[in-house]
Amino acid sequence: MIKIRHLKKTFDGVHYITNDLSLDIPTGQMTCIIGRSGEGKSVLLKQILGLIKPTSGHIYIDDVDITALDAKGMQDIFKKCGYVFQFAALLDSLTVLENIGLSLLEQGMSLEAIQPIVEEKLTQVNLIPRDVLHKYPSELSGGMRKRVGLARTLMSNPSTILYDEPTTGLDPLTARVVHELMYSKQKQLQITSVVVSHDVEIFKYVDNIALLYQGSIKFFGDAATIWESDNPYVYQFIRGLSEGPIQVETTREYK
Amino acid sequence: MNLPLITPLGRIVISIAKILGSFIFFLGTALKVLFTERVNLPQLLLHMKQIGVDSFTIIFLTGLSAGLALALQTNIGFSRFGIEEFIGTVVALGLTRELGPVLTGLMVTGRAGSAIAAEIGTMSITEQIDALRTLCINPFQYLIVPRILAGIMILPFLTIFSMICGIAGGYIYCVYLMGQNPESYISGIQQFVELKDIVGGLIKSSVFGLILTWVGTYNGYRTLGGARGVGIATTRSVVVASILILIANYFLSSFLNETGIS
Repeated sequence: MIKIRHLKKTFDGVHYITNDLSLDIPTGQMTCIIGRSGEGKSVLLKQILGLIKPTSGHIYIDDVDITALDAKGMQDIFKKCGYVFQFAALLDSLTVLENIGLSLLEQGMSLEAIQPIVEEKLTQVNLIPRDVLHKYPSELSGGMRKRVGLARTLMSNPSTILYDEPTTGLDPLTARVVHELMYSKQKQLQITSVVVSHDVEIFKYVDNIALLYQGSIKFFGDAATIWESDNPYVYQFIRGLSEGPIQVETTREYK
Repeated sequence: MNLPLITPLGRIVISIAKILGSFIFFLGTALKVLFTERVNLPQLLLHMKQIGVDSFTIIFLTGLSAGLALALQTNIGFSRFGIEEFIGTVVALGLTRELGPVLTGLMVTGRAGSAIAAEIGTMSITEQIDALRTLCINPFQYLIVPRILAGIMILPFLTIFSMICGIAGGYIYCVYLMGQNPESYISGIQQFVELKDIVGGLIKSSVFGLILTWVGTYNGYRTLGGARGVGIATTRSVVVASILILIANYFLSSFLNETGIS
């Protein structure tokens, strides 16, 4: 289980991106964090994996407080927690084969030795290996890049995967393919998944939903009943209403 | 005492101290990784090629034209005293002790230092460096140390090449344009240029290699924002590295001279 306790993060000492945030993310389930743009969802996700150090508070992954770990200690966390970046973050100068197998290449394995493993991971994300293996990221479509990013994450057989807006910039059909892929991996491998997303379509595929607003979680509940929720934050956010507890700065301009 | 001035002055001092501290800490981290982790040999060779081999054309052109110009200027002065036979000596000394290492450092800063800052800066803003960390790959081991080591190792070779091109440029001017006796040009060099002149130039060039890669990787690694941030990092790395090379050149010349190394 991932436990977040009293998490605070500020970059300038004045404005808090996360402000006394506490959250429990259940093991083996898919939890989606929703919230407005600029609310700090990606910063929260990066704090969960230790890519950004919190100002104060604690994050426990399998009862290990990652905020107290040094760089060496964090390596154990990275081995069991994967991260799928918003724009895949594939290394431009490497082919798909090298990108996915990079961690094994750095351990001294040859390209020939890693190729079958990479091909297996590409197949798992519904890509045909021979079509993409020797291509560079710039030669792939947005959807393919995201799937290659997921394949790279799956290389370490993680028990937890964090997805940062996995369908941003994708058309609805490709977004659905990515959602279904995430869902099938989660069910098949019993991976704990945390997804940051704006896309309400993802509600069909996740178990829990957490709504982030002004640095703290205003709602945490079952995704299946989200549309029946009477939580005012959830009610306003998922329907895109301008009236409600969530302040919408541009309302006045469009009235 | 004007007290209101103290606060902004203090802020400036603190911000300079912060930048200097983070700049030195960055090199300290790279040195720690260099001595405690395995050197990434494929990356080292790749960057030796990118910084060194790919710079040969511009080093050839700058070295040759510097030698030609130095021979021309020296000839104007020396012909007034009738000591043209020493042109070769002056060209060789100037190139081995000063112009060779400095010109090489500045040209490689413009070509490779800027590319290092731009490449690492782009990787930084597109989360590629974070991706390396999640793959349990130390970004310093994979990105920073190979580039710094490549700069330190390859600059002396480029500098030797620059010296040879410059001396050849001086030879072309003296022998083919001025009709000077080739033996007189060469014997002047053989007679007065010592090994320590070349060694001093090579030590300097290694330090310049460290400076240009250190500044380039630091600015790239600290890049914030989008394309504008990459542009700022690239420009800053070229300007800062060029200034540091020129300042370091004086202190290195003085140090090498006083210690008798050069």
